[in-house]
Amino acid sequence: MALLKVEGLGKSYTSDKKILKNINLEINPGEFVSIIGPSGAGKSTFLRCINRMVEFNEGKITFNQQDVGSLNKRELRRMRTNIGMVFQHYNLVPRLTVIENVLHGRFGYKTTMQGILGRYTEEEKERAFELLEKLGIQEHAYKRCDQLSGGQQQRVGICRALIQEPKLVLCDEPIASLDPNSSKIIMDHLKAITTELGITCLVNLHQVDVAQNYSDRIIGLNQGEIVFEGASHQLSEEQIHKIYGTKTKELIIA
Amino acid sequence: MNEKAMRKNRWQSVIFLLIIIVLTYWSSFITQFNFWDGLVTIPEATGWMLSNLSITQDSLERLPKIMETLVETIFMSIAATTLAAAVSLFLGLFGSNTTKVNSFLSVFARFVASVSRNIPVVAWSLILLISFGQNSVTGFLALFVGTVGFLTRAFMESMDEVGQSSVEALTATGATYFQIVSKAVIPQCLPQMLSWILFMIETNIRSATLVGILTGTGIGYTFDMYYKTLNYNAVGLVTLCIVIAVILVDLISNYIRKVIL
Repeated sequence: MALLKVEGLGKSYTSDKKILKNINLEINPGEFVSIIGPSGAGKSTFLRCINRMVEFNEGKITFNQQDVGSLNKRELRRMRTNIGMVFQHYNLVPRLTVIENVLHGRFGYKTTMQGILGRYTEEEKERAFELLEKLGIQEHAYKRCDQLSGGQQQRVGICRALIQEPKLVLCDEPIASLDPNSSKIIMDHLKAITTELGITCLVNLHQVDVAQNYSDRIIGLNQGEIVFEGASHQLSEEQIHKIYGTKTKELIIA
Repeated sequence: MNEKAMRKNRWQSVIFLLIIIVLTYWSSFITQFNFWDGLVTIPEATGWMLSNLSITQDSLERLPKIMETLVETIFMSIAATTLAAAVSLFLGLFGSNTTKVNSFLSVFARFVASVSRNIPVVAWSLILLISFGQNSVTGFLALFVGTVGFLTRAFMESMDEVGQSSVEALTATGATYFQIVSKAVIPQCLPQMLSWILFMIETNIRSATLVGILTGTGIGYTFDMYYKTLNYNAVGLVTLCIVIAVILVDLISNYIRKVIL
C-alpha cells in the first residue's frame, strides 16, 4: 500500500503558465526518493503541494489513506504533524535556542495555549535531546541558532522534523546552501532516517551524483512534467540530458 | 570617473549652493524676515530670560506641586504608550505581510495606522478636546491615538523583516496561527519592538507637555497656568524640570536598549 499517491496533479499560479502538469506518482513506506531537475522545474512547488503549503488546482493527492485536498483546517493540521519538512535555508527561528527550535516540531500535537506557554512534557524534552545527540549537536542545545554553522543549523532542522514523529519527511534542497563536507553529513543523516527509523524521505536535489548515490528511486522533473522515473542505476547520461536540457548537460561534463 | 565628469560634478555643486542661497534670500524677503534685526534682539532676549526665568526661592516652594504634575504626566505618557503598543501589536500582526490573516484586515489595519499617524498629535488633542472636554482622558487619548498609528507602522515593518521562512516551517509542523506568532514572529522582532516602544515613551513625554497645554492636563497645564499669571520664575522652574525629566528618560531608555539588543 502506497504511503503517498499523486494522481493527475496540476498547479498554476497564473492562468497562462502551468507549474505542474499531470503528475502521477506513488511512494511506498520506507523509500528514499529524490526529485531532480533544473531550477524552475516545479520541484519546490510539488513538494509544497503534498502538505498543502501550496494549494493545488487539479488532481488528487492521497497521503496515508487520506484525501489531502478535501481536508478541513483541523484535519490538515493533524495531517501535517505526520509530514516533516526540511528547508534549504533551514527556516529556524534564529534568536531562539537550538532546543527551543527542535521542540517547535511538537506544536502540531498541542493546543494553542500549550504552544504559546511552551508547555512540553518530560518525554518530549528527553526525545529532543536524544535526537540532538543522534545528530551530533547535543553540545549546542542551549546556543542560539544564529551562532551555528549552516550544516549544524540544517541538523537542527532535521531534528525539528523528526520530533514530529512523521511518516514522511519532505526535504526542499537540503544541501543547496552547504559545503561538500556538511552536505555529506546531512545526506548521511537523511539516509539514516530512512534505513534506521523507516521514515520515508522525498528529497529535492540539484546534484545528480548525490541523488544517484543516496536514492532508491529518482524522479526527473522538467517544466512541470515527470520526464524520468526509475531506480538510480537506470539514470543514464542521455536521461540526465533530457531532464536538464542540452546546455546544462554540456556544463555538467565541462 | 574622468576629468570632464569631475569638473561637471564640481559645477553642479556650485550651482546647487547658489540656488539654496537665492532661495533663502527670497523666502526671507517674502516673509519680511530680517536676519540682522533678529540677530540684534538676541542679547536683549537672553537678558530678559536670565532675569525673568531664573529660579527664585519663591518658585522653589512650588516644586512639590510641579513634581506631582510632572510625575503624573510621565506616567500618563507611559500608560498611553504601553496600551497603544498592545493595540498596535494586533494591528501590526493583521497588517504585516508575514502574518496577515486576510486582506480585508490587512487593509483595515493599514488604514487605521495611516489615519492616526498622519493627523498630528496637536490636531488630535484639539479634536478630542471638543468631544471629551478638558480632562486627563483627553490628553491620554490624544497621545494614545498618535502612538497607535506610529507603532502599528513600526511593528508592521519589523514583522515584515522577519520574513516568511520560520513562519512557513512552523506552519508545516501543523502549528496554529497564535503558536506561530508567539514562537516564531514575536521572538524575532521583540528587541526592535521594545526599542520602538521606548522611543515612543520618550517622544510622548515630550509631546505630553504640549498636549497638556492644549487639553489642560498635567505639566503642560501647570506651565500654561504660571505663564498666563505672569509667574515667569515658576515657568522657568517647570521648563527645567521637564528638561531634566526628558534627559533622565532618554538615559534610562538608552541603557535598557543596550541591555536588550
